[in-house]
Amino acid sequence: MNSRRDFLKTTATGALVLGAQSKLGLAAMLDKKAEAAKSKVVVARDAALHGSDGALDEKRVQALLDRALASYTGHDKPVEAWKLIVPVGKVIGIKVNGLGGKGISTHATLVMAVCERLQQAGVKPGEIIVWDRNARDIQACGLTISTDPSRVRVFGNDLAGYEEQGVAFGSVANVKLAKILTRECAMVINLPILKDHEMAGVTFSMKNMYGVVEKPNELHAGGCNPAVADLNCIPAIREKVRFTIGDAMSSVYNGGPGFHPEHLWQPNALIVGEDRVAVDHTAWQMIERKRAEVGMPTLETAKRPPRYIATAADQAHNLGVNDPQRIHLMEV
Amino acid sequence: MKVQLNWKCAVALMMVFAAAAGTGCKKKAADPFPASNAIAGWEKTGETRVFAAKDLWQYIDGDAEQYISAGVVSTSTSDYKYQGQLEATVDVYTMGDATGARKILEIGQTNEAKTVQLGDAGIAYAQSVIFRKGRTLVRIVAYESTPGAPQALLELARGVEAKL
Repeated sequence: MNSRRDFLKTTATGALVLGAQSKLGLAAMLDKKAEAAKSKVVVARDAALHGSDGALDEKRVQALLDRALASYTGHDKPVEAWKLIVPVGKVIGIKVNGLGGKGISTHATLVMAVCERLQQAGVKPGEIIVWDRNARDIQACGLTISTDPSRVRVFGNDLAGYEEQGVAFGSVANVKLAKILTRECAMVINLPILKDHEMAGVTFSMKNMYGVVEKPNELHAGGCNPAVADLNCIPAIREKVRFTIGDAMSSVYNGGPGFHPEHLWQPNALIVGEDRVAVDHTAWQMIERKRAEVGMPTLETAKRPPRYIATAADQAHNLGVNDPQRIHLMEV
Repeated sequence: MKVQLNWKCAVALMMVFAAAAGTGCKKKAADPFPASNAIAGWEKTGETRVFAAKDLWQYIDGDAEQYISAGVVSTSTSDYKYQGQLEATVDVYTMGDATGARKILEIGQTNEAKTVQLGDAGIAYAQSVIFRKGRTLVRIVAYESTPGAPQALLELARGVEAKL
């Protein structure tokens, strides 16, 4: 991802130059430098994302994705923005989440919008793998299984299998990783769906990695803390899963991770960023605001705060930042 | 040699009859899932899948623990479609006892829950119906909200209740 690092360097330097030339002078220059040092998270919203029939408007989803990426990268042209995110000539994985069933899974509309932009950015169809735990989860997203190497491939760990050799980090011992992650993908774009979680409090970016191990049920102790943070520290996950385009177009603010329509709501948003901890912290706050709005207790009061987020930010894990002062939140 | 073969055949036949008789004596487990069109407009669109408690995570990972702590023994699930459009899933949880079913029914109820006459106790929302009968808990969820969904779900729920 040298291109992306270069991009971040360039934008930071560009901000300095522009600042020096503006009328705002030194103060503005220092402000921009400080902002550049923070973890950037973009929350892009479109209140009209769902039509009157409740279905997502495909064109608006594509436009929302473009706006999110433009804000994140500073490039208005979607294809140029994507070229800064993904390497060309490598296999790109798109990890979706269909665990909650048809009612609360990563939307196929978003997946297809991402695939379209990836191809326009130069990634060949066969170099894109959309995947999740199994065929059922993939179908819950509204996607169809395809293993045709000339097209975007869509299949699950049930088809590709898991490594026989387990890996470990901290509390996570001897987990077997999906071969799609270890053998196929050079980079993974994480497409989780925002949900309340009965045990972990919130499930979004980091928790979505439970879908890349053979037996995620063994990682639920202690509200999934520190297991979520530990799992994300496993090199194949830490190094390959580099960008989150979080689906917060629909969500459940209570009763998750399964589909409980009585707690369904539509934030109509995408949450985008490289820092998985900052992304999760932002998503958590979104859930808390909704719970407060409907008169529900905080997750802390409900005795299931997502403690793994702070754990992921600590020195032992160093996966990102959870301090709001160190997150450059852009709401667009 | 011929005599020996006949003797072996006789033993084998006896074993087959014994096995068949044994099977016949077992009480067949009730199938709570209405067949297609047994309830007007509802088509059963998927095979029934059954999960033992230890495997429930494969179906509802993350949710499974609350059912296990309430004593779930097994879970059966099947998909349905109403009038070719409204998709729904019926989950039937067989708990260890009625207390477990009651515990799950009471979790996460909101002010919008409407009490319905189903089993020992039941509630309904715009897109879901949940009820318990003895040690069985049934949860029916529709994947979209339509004007006719509440009534259609209730009718399907009554069909399930009648088979419990």
